[in-house]
Amino acid sequence: MGAQGRIVWVSGPAVRADGMSDAKMYETVTVGDAKLVGEVIRLTGDVAFIQVYESTSGLKPGEPVIGTGAPLSVFLGPGIIGQIYDGIQRPLRELSKISGSYIGRGITTTPVDMTKHYHFLPTVSIGDEVSGGSILGTVKETDLIEHSIMVPPDHKGGKITNIVSEGDYDLETEIATTEKDGQTTSLKMYHKWPVRKPRPILKRHDPTVPLITGQRVIDTFFPIAKGGTGSIPGAFGTGKTVTLHQIAKWADSQVVVYIGCGERGNEMTEVLVDFPKLKDPRTGKPLMDRTVLVANTSNMPVAAREASIYTGVTIAEYYRDMGYDVVLVADSTSRWAEALREMSGRLEEMPAEEGYPSYLASRLAEFYERAGRVRALGSPDRDGSVTIIGAVSPSGGDFTEPVTTHTMRFIKTFWALDAKLAYSRHYPSINWMNSYSGYLADISKWWGENISDDWLSLRGEAYAVLQREDTLKEIVRLLGPEALPDEEKIILEVARMIKIGLLQQNSFDEVDTYCSPEKQFKLLKLLVDFYNRGQQALKEGAALADIRAMPIVGSILKARMDIKDDQIAKLDQLDLDMLEQFKSITGVKIQN
Amino acid sequence: MSAEGGVQYSKIAEIKGPLVVVDDVSSAAFDELVEIETNEGERRLGKVLEVGNGKAIVQVFEGTTGLSISGTKAKFVGKVMEMPVSKEVLGRVFDGLGRPRDGLPDPIADKFIDINGQPMNPEQREYPKDFIQTGISVIDGTMTLVRGQKLPIFSGSGMSHNLLAAQIARQATVVGTKDDFAVVFAAIGVQYSEAEYFRRSLEESGALKRSVLFLNTADDPAIERIITPRVALTVAEYLAFDLGMHVLVILTDMTNYAEALREISAAREEVPGRKGYPGYLYTDLSTIYERAGKLKGKKGSVTQVPILSMPSDDITHPIPDLTGYITEGQIVLGRDLFRQGVYPPVNILMSLSRLMKDGIGKGSTREDHAEVSNQIYDAYSRAQEVRALAGIVGKAGLTEIDLRYMDVGDAFEKDFLTQATDESRTIEETLGIMWKIVSLLPKNEITKIKDKYIDQYYTGK
Repeated sequence: MGAQGRIVWVSGPAVRADGMSDAKMYETVTVGDAKLVGEVIRLTGDVAFIQVYESTSGLKPGEPVIGTGAPLSVFLGPGIIGQIYDGIQRPLRELSKISGSYIGRGITTTPVDMTKHYHFLPTVSIGDEVSGGSILGTVKETDLIEHSIMVPPDHKGGKITNIVSEGDYDLETEIATTEKDGQTTSLKMYHKWPVRKPRPILKRHDPTVPLITGQRVIDTFFPIAKGGTGSIPGAFGTGKTVTLHQIAKWADSQVVVYIGCGERGNEMTEVLVDFPKLKDPRTGKPLMDRTVLVANTSNMPVAAREASIYTGVTIAEYYRDMGYDVVLVADSTSRWAEALREMSGRLEEMPAEEGYPSYLASRLAEFYERAGRVRALGSPDRDGSVTIIGAVSPSGGDFTEPVTTHTMRFIKTFWALDAKLAYSRHYPSINWMNSYSGYLADISKWWGENISDDWLSLRGEAYAVLQREDTLKEIVRLLGPEALPDEEKIILEVARMIKIGLLQQNSFDEVDTYCSPEKQFKLLKLLVDFYNRGQQALKEGAALADIRAMPIVGSILKARMDIKDDQIAKLDQLDLDMLEQFKSITGVKIQN
Repeated sequence: MSAEGGVQYSKIAEIKGPLVVVDDVSSAAFDELVEIETNEGERRLGKVLEVGNGKAIVQVFEGTTGLSISGTKAKFVGKVMEMPVSKEVLGRVFDGLGRPRDGLPDPIADKFIDINGQPMNPEQREYPKDFIQTGISVIDGTMTLVRGQKLPIFSGSGMSHNLLAAQIARQATVVGTKDDFAVVFAAIGVQYSEAEYFRRSLEESGALKRSVLFLNTADDPAIERIITPRVALTVAEYLAFDLGMHVLVILTDMTNYAEALREISAAREEVPGRKGYPGYLYTDLSTIYERAGKLKGKKGSVTQVPILSMPSDDITHPIPDLTGYITEGQIVLGRDLFRQGVYPPVNILMSLSRLMKDGIGKGSTREDHAEVSNQIYDAYSRAQEVRALAGIVGKAGLTEIDLRYMDVGDAFEKDFLTQATDESRTIEETLGIMWKIVSLLPKNEITKIKDKYIDQYYTGK
């Protein structure tokens, strides 16, 4: 039994209790007669400072505080996929059965249905040596997820002395026992893990495989690797959430953990409505069968918002340890940082920049370091990854504020959203001059092996056109477009085509919402070919107006919406048509 | 608002700004309602912001003017602040704390509800998708409002936001339904004349008997403004989810609300965030805005149109900035358009409705709506670029296509945006005007619309 103290002070989500000398740092406690969930975040003498994960309205000094003896932990076992949890892993569907349309307080319920039976298929036998992380067997969690039942990572290891045979078991059934040095341990299909402690791994791999998101500006221009880190900052209305939803929908990972941290309630509802209806493009199964939601919306208690990030990443690591590629989307890390700031203020800590605590940077670093492509512990050998993508909501759209600047130090792909692009309805409004990816060189081998060796050089050529346009735009702004020679005017023209035909992507269009790597590459090639042939045609004396008027221009611009992924040969035909049209305006002098 | 029973504590230790510190407190709860009685017997209300170590910090809604350390009594009521509700609130006018202001007695309460509300379980929300026809082309056509949405108007001082909000309140309907609707209007620190304009506007359209008004005008106590939106939303939730009505809530002006919050934060000597506003401004605003929505298994809905004036027309100011991060889009009024006499002066490029995509299309408006709207945005944005260019090189320096875009910009502002305050256009009329504008462009400039819709609706040559 843990500490037993009394409340002496209450202010918003912060509570002080005395008589807590037995309490440990980060221990979970129940607070008050309503039995609210809280966590100890500072100890001074016998006074504990507690952040409470539920509304403290009506809480009085004198009410009891009881320690649980355990740190804030999550349940890890079958039944997590498809769930929507709050920040401390309470299942929102179950909560609604107890407290209706609104979220009640002091409700305890298990994260999954403990009575449900799963069909367990053992993969070890009596006498086998196992260690922390070893797989004991598998159960089918959803149509998409084969769930490996693992020995807890902190288990000392030993010999299997008993294992159940294939069959249906509930979660509380003992499925195996191990023995080491005369000590017997009982294992079930689940275990718990403290959220603030990264799950251990054997070793890290280099991130060399791209995460294919089906979004052209990401995959083609600013890619992210599996096990990598990325950040997407943007003012409101720049399309952060739509972009993140697109990644969660189409990324070629096997599991998606989506954390709605201090964001809109309706956005979570949208995921809950859409994902069961949407089909995974690779397997044809509902996307919900690979998704876990952690929802702590903006009006839910602020302390649980701080915990939600850790709850989410621990679940992600668990599926990584089974050998899956997991994408973790955190929308938005700024709201998490604000929760830190609020608690820090109540603790009366000395603030650093803009009132944020001085440990903001180290907390961000710890969080992003939980990403990675790794070899998991235990047998058999398996590799998995956690890719972390965090949204940032900079106040006033100012990228020099603390959360954005600190985040940039710990991530490798940066997708800078731009309000000006959003205002002109260029979506996704990722600014191509301010964004970057640190994975280009690492993943170009994958593109070479799977799509084409030309990928990196074509991307470079297209990007050079955009860079040239950026400088030329200044001249146009001062002198008008007529001040430029034709070979520069065509740069403006092709840049416009790259923007409309490649960078822009309509996530609400049935065809355009997902673009396969093959199609991305062919669209890229079409545009680069157009540019090179156009320059050649001008040298041969063709008029720019004739090039602009070629019917192929319109076809290229609409190809992203008109040509489906299974009709990719049509893009090769467009390339041939283009060559013909160039030939006809120059009198057959254009080659290739 | 009633306050009975409770324990009486007399010892006031300190009075600073809107706060009173009560000593020797043995049993007070966080958030508890407090009744303060002055020497003269006047009663004021407040709530507990912090309690512990024998002290309670109480925020006094009506302000602390005239309170003294010696004679003032504080009574802890034993419950949080509640609003009495019943169907009888319709047609009534209340003050900023929810007390009758129209000279009539308290409505007979059906029940008492905690004004702070509770967070909706996201799993129990129903995703909003019923198109509301406001009859205003720029909203219906390019930033569609749906039932259960929170769509604020970002304005600046002196602009026509009140006219626009009142027009929305008068004209908003869901086509083809006869559902019960109501309007809840909360004036938060606005001038009396503005509040009166709304009342009259609702009266003239015959909607007053389906409305509830909460008025905290500029000369009312500032700290009361913390409560005004909350009592208004409590009534709105009751009408929507207990009585099944579709409720439109207008909150004006949220800037005054945020300033009251800043005042309290400063009095508590908290570490300020940007521009002196408290670090929890975002969280606090969300507890107001997130009360919009629809719920599974309930008939009604709460739609919010908050109005806020951007200090110095600055959209990056913390109040519009944090609001925009919570609300589902924004209607931004433009100073330039307003100066040119355009009504409604909506800057569409900065405006947005996040829920539009699910509220429009086949079955609700028309299948081509999304694409023609995208094209309008694109064309108007190009028109603005061309206008800027024409300012430098003159019209003579523009290409033929550029000139077409100039025409689009002019037609957009004259034929589409501009509308009389009593003119209600159907969605078909609105879409018709949009196609007329798009048709000013040659077909090969239309990159956002599928050919089949171009064949059907394009009227150009």
